[in-house]
Amino acid sequence: MEDTHLADTSVDDIRPPRASIGAIGWLRANLFNSWFNSLLTLVIAYALYQCIPPLVRWAFIDSLWTSTGPECQAADGACWSIIPANFRFIMFGFYPYEEQWRPAIAIVLLVSLLIFSQYRRNWKKYLFYIWIGGLVIMGVLMKGGILGLTPVETTQWGGLPLTLLLSVFGLTAAYPLGIVLALGRQSRLPAIRSLCVVYIELIRGVPLISLLFMSSVVFPLFLPEGVSLNSILRAQVAIILFTAAYIAEVVRGGLQGMSKGQYEAAEAIGLNYYQTMRLIILPQALKIVIPPSVSILISAFKDTSLVVIIALYDLLKTTQSILGDPRWMGFSPEAYLFVAMIYFVCCFYMSNFSRKLERELDTGL
Amino acid sequence: MPQTQPSLSGTETPSKASLWYDPKVRAVLYQIGAMAMVGMLAYYLMSNTMANLERQAIATGFGFLDKQASFEIGESLISYSSADTYAKALVVGALNTLLVAFIGVVLTIVLGTFLGIARLSSNWLLSKLAAIYIEIFQDIPVLLQLFFWYAFFYEILPGPRQAITLFQGVFVCNRGLIFGIPAAHPAYAYMAIAFLAGCVAVYLIRRWARQRQDRTGQIFPLIRVAAAILIGLPLITWWLAGAPTAMDVPELKGFNFIGGVSVSPEFTALLLGLVLYTAAFVAEVVRAGIQSVSKGQTEAALSIGLKPGQVLNLVILPQALRVIIPPLTSQMLNLTKNSSLAVAIGYPDFVSVAGTAINQTGQAIEGVALIMAVYLIFSLSTSAFMNWYNKKTKLVER
Repeated sequence: MEDTHLADTSVDDIRPPRASIGAIGWLRANLFNSWFNSLLTLVIAYALYQCIPPLVRWAFIDSLWTSTGPECQAADGACWSIIPANFRFIMFGFYPYEEQWRPAIAIVLLVSLLIFSQYRRNWKKYLFYIWIGGLVIMGVLMKGGILGLTPVETTQWGGLPLTLLLSVFGLTAAYPLGIVLALGRQSRLPAIRSLCVVYIELIRGVPLISLLFMSSVVFPLFLPEGVSLNSILRAQVAIILFTAAYIAEVVRGGLQGMSKGQYEAAEAIGLNYYQTMRLIILPQALKIVIPPSVSILISAFKDTSLVVIIALYDLLKTTQSILGDPRWMGFSPEAYLFVAMIYFVCCFYMSNFSRKLERELDTGL
Repeated sequence: MPQTQPSLSGTETPSKASLWYDPKVRAVLYQIGAMAMVGMLAYYLMSNTMANLERQAIATGFGFLDKQASFEIGESLISYSSADTYAKALVVGALNTLLVAFIGVVLTIVLGTFLGIARLSSNWLLSKLAAIYIEIFQDIPVLLQLFFWYAFFYEILPGPRQAITLFQGVFVCNRGLIFGIPAAHPAYAYMAIAFLAGCVAVYLIRRWARQRQDRTGQIFPLIRVAAAILIGLPLITWWLAGAPTAMDVPELKGFNFIGGVSVSPEFTALLLGLVLYTAAFVAEVVRAGIQSVSKGQTEAALSIGLKPGQVLNLVILPQALRVIIPPLTSQMLNLTKNSSLAVAIGYPDFVSVAGTAINQTGQAIEGVALIMAVYLIFSLSTSAFMNWYNKKTKLVER
């Protein structure tokens, strides 16, 4: 900044040599600045020339967008028709066809809540109540049974709402548990500390799929006779238990980032443990860990796709099951690319948000 | 607040109140309370489980391990048939998991390092391509990527008759990846021995070179000598043993390839998915590690007269690796844990074999416990190794 200030006043305006500015200068500096880089550029350019045109041809020029399955079989290009033809099943699974406006509204509500929450000026106490209200409305919309809405069994939930529900609700419910675990791990009481350490390390050491297996085959055995939880709820419990261990580690990072002076000052003004944590430590520690928490939300969002393995109809499973339809057999790449795009857009948006937040919250300490 | 509280409760004797407000007593009480709650929860779950198991007449214990498994496993590193026991089937599964994890880790480190360096390249095209790769592959669930590659093998690739030739003798088709290997010859066993001997020799030379450098300051060209020994010794052995050149090349006979080595589509898809996904994360780790070494370090090293190779070896890498290794380890563990997704595309890894065992015997608790135990062993042994490594490479502050 200071350099430009000086340059404005004292140095004559001499333009740099033509070869180092403009398009040619840019090319020289970024693509051909040494013989090795020049060679590399040529090789990459050739490789791209070999790959891109056939791909574009497949995806856009020769592709079909609104045809039937058999027409696709005859064509050379991509068969994107598989998406519009099965769009509502991919999105909503076995949710009753006439009622699908309800999960659609629930998704819109959730997405607008998420977008609303990303602005820091909205980070007030009422945001918490808005979220509670929003989640209740979403629950009512999905489940029905009151206000003249036809009840829909949770076993019929599927598609994108299920994916979003499992990840967002999983993170929300796992957060308090994660905070308790993190505090427990920092505790001076050996029994409580070791309980938390064992839990966190145990969960982090095993793959999510083993917990999902547990939820589908072992949880039913844990419950007393006559009580049963449906499979979505059991998977949700497994995801919460899993995510909590990762949140605990993130929160622990925040707690360790607090300087000792904060604890001592709190003690000096006579606050007890709970007051210290609630009023002094956690508000600061949790602020530090917002960006890594968004990363956990991203992984939770991606990891919910694992419920495919215990046969829940999430976004990935609904897509996979239309591929079993003989009319649409053989178009897996198109269908998977579509779902990949949904996941990518969501995760990319969230990770950019997390990076932006990290820059904003970075107070330089 | 401790001081005001006793006066509120009025009639209580001071000694009793002070006992309750004694931090040590409280600590013990809290801990007993927490343990009791966990114990009660465990007891409640156990008693429910016992009642349920009894009602459904499910056997308990690990006795089933000795029984006949009576299911086939598609791929196995050791000889296995459906007449073998569950225990052996599980060993086959664990070995398959280890195989895919080991090869996956090696390939991931290679690809991830390449991408990380490419991301920092001064070549705009290369750096942007690496950035696009990293962003795309990080943001798509690994399971979806596995499904994609699996579908790629079964739907896009042609049958063996129209197999695509990648290189001379390397084919891909919907039966997997098929490539030629040198035909069996005792020379290769000798070469392996020569290579091991070379490793020992390099280790000894390295120790000697260090001692000499400490004593006299003379630098020994270790890397060049080591490369010469590690490549030269096996080559000389190969030549002495008669220089066998015969290859076991796959040939198309009827509807399939005969000869060579064929890797199943399941394994290839799993490996491809895991490696491409994890490499994106490793690339970020490598990039952060390289960027963590400030430019002043390079300049200082150059100014005291080190050659560029020495700068990299003695100054940059030791500092960058200290930043890279811990997150790299956790990525490697992630890869190992994600290899359990093999069950979704039918590769017989440990989870998949244990899942079959659970379905056949109904002994879910034991099965899930085994799965968790095996992954915990992987994780804990890796982190033990990494703790040792971290301690060894820790910054010694003077």
